[in-house]
Amino acid sequence: MSIDKDTAARVAKLARIKVEEDALPALAQEFNTILGFIEQLNEVDVEGVEPMTSVTPMRLKRREDVVTEGDQQDKILSNAPDAREGFFAVPKVVE
Amino acid sequence: MSDLNKLTLADARDKLRDGSVTSVELTEACLSEIEKAGALNAFVHKTPEIAMEQAKAADARIAQGDAPAMCGLPVGIKDLFCTKGVPSQAASGILEGFTPEYESTVSQNLFDAGAVMLGKLNMDEFAMGSSNETSVYGNAVNPWRRGNDDAQLTPGGSSGGSASAVAADLCLAATGTDTGGSIRQPAAFTGITGIKPTYGRCSRWGIIAFASSLDQAGPMTKNVRDAAIMLEAMCGHDPKDSTSADLPVPNFEAMLTGDIRGKKIGIPREYHMDGMPDEIDALWANGREMLKDAGAEIVDISLPHTKYALPAYYVIAPAEASSNLARYDGVRYGHRAKLAQGDGITEMYEKTRAEGFGHEVQRRVMVGTYVLSAGFYDAYYNRARRVRALIKKDFEDVFAQGVDAILTPATPSAAFGLGEMDDADPVKMYLNDVFTVTVNLAGLPGISVPAGLDHQGLPLGLQLIGRPWEEGDLLNTAYALEQAAGFVAKPGKWW
Repeated sequence: MSIDKDTAARVAKLARIKVEEDALPALAQEFNTILGFIEQLNEVDVEGVEPMTSVTPMRLKRREDVVTEGDQQDKILSNAPDAREGFFAVPKVVE
Repeated sequence: MSDLNKLTLADARDKLRDGSVTSVELTEACLSEIEKAGALNAFVHKTPEIAMEQAKAADARIAQGDAPAMCGLPVGIKDLFCTKGVPSQAASGILEGFTPEYESTVSQNLFDAGAVMLGKLNMDEFAMGSSNETSVYGNAVNPWRRGNDDAQLTPGGSSGGSASAVAADLCLAATGTDTGGSIRQPAAFTGITGIKPTYGRCSRWGIIAFASSLDQAGPMTKNVRDAAIMLEAMCGHDPKDSTSADLPVPNFEAMLTGDIRGKKIGIPREYHMDGMPDEIDALWANGREMLKDAGAEIVDISLPHTKYALPAYYVIAPAEASSNLARYDGVRYGHRAKLAQGDGITEMYEKTRAEGFGHEVQRRVMVGTYVLSAGFYDAYYNRARRVRALIKKDFEDVFAQGVDAILTPATPSAAFGLGEMDDADPVKMYLNDVFTVTVNLAGLPGISVPAGLDHQGLPLGLQLIGRPWEEGDLLNTAYALEQAAGFVAKPGKWW
């Protein structure tokens, strides 16, 4: 499996990272090096093996579905690059 | 008294309790060393005001006869831990200016135990790296040098600032985190001790996430006793982390008897790598002899899927990272790119992430995105998770044969020069974690203990891997190894 420039551009788009056109060939090359390394996994017989979901098997605890630490609007907005009138502000999304 | 910064946690604790030193004196000694050690670039956000306030409070507690485990002991905190009101940016440009409104559970546990925070420590960006060269703050530098050669060496990564600071006696100990070897490899490169506990021992709450199924915090200290003291203070059940284990935390220090007679130590044949330097092989053989002389039984074992650990890791870790790092979108915290006329929200995301993330982070996020994308999920991600199950089973099989701990080298080499790997392909850098990454994939505890010097005078470490939840027994084996190895070398001061 070889990654070409177009695939690299598609992956960058999916990851929401802007990559300039002229940087795509080098990026595709790096992906190919890493994926080439990963290809070794195809040598392993994984027939009948369940994919691991939890490394230390344990039941996740349950708790009441209630607010535990609410009413912290100021704290939550304190690090926002743009907060207005108690909300996060972003560029216009809907025309 | 001079050189208070050079004390171990255990010695400083004893002196605080018998009244021969105060926390304010200890803290001032460390702060003064930090000021002189700019060349190491270990501390990236200094918090002297907080430190002095905590030190005074600790002295008051001690005077009242209330001195918990870490009371008055000055430590450094890796920049990956969110610390309330103090910049916490995972050495990334995308978290520039982020000051959390909350405290991570591990740092809170340390403060509750009386610890004093000197500042935040350098690291690889989002803990992605093995040399501390991906940091937005610039490289952290190893206090060790090759003989009289003044070439700057890496302290390892990702907890490079933590390792450098402890090795150079800027603090008594530091926190680290370990996703593929990020505590143990830098500990080995700087001649200190570092333990990654069993997955679930330390709460991950408030630690900036890299790969959630692999990340664990742990202490980086000057010796094994200190690791036992600090680990106990760091861990414990936390309802805010659903993978935090609800198990009692033993008194690890009390388990350090040094008696390992009758313990079965496994030597995995698959860890003999082609092209491994003779010095590493010799160190490993020495370690084996030392444990045998201490009364342990040495057995050859096989961990057949070892070879596939790194490739599995480089699917699973980037996949989880691509998901965890999706939150850096320029909306809620950190950096937002300047937008051009007509740019919408997609351009905001794409420009923000291109400007805010460094090259290695971008690469891993994109690899993770690729292996999780439609059509490749089964071939890469699910296959890697199956291989991970087999790697874990390898360990379960040898533990079922009665093996108590496994001895391996910690790293395939001593510390290398900063910049030396610049032209290498990324996979070459990944090989640094070849002996440590299996432990994360299997969720096991692992500790790196300094065990010797190479021909250039650089420290080398040995790794011991333990059974799940048996950090106490593992620390005791490490203690026996430490006593036998008698490693006392320190870097010559040039900074």
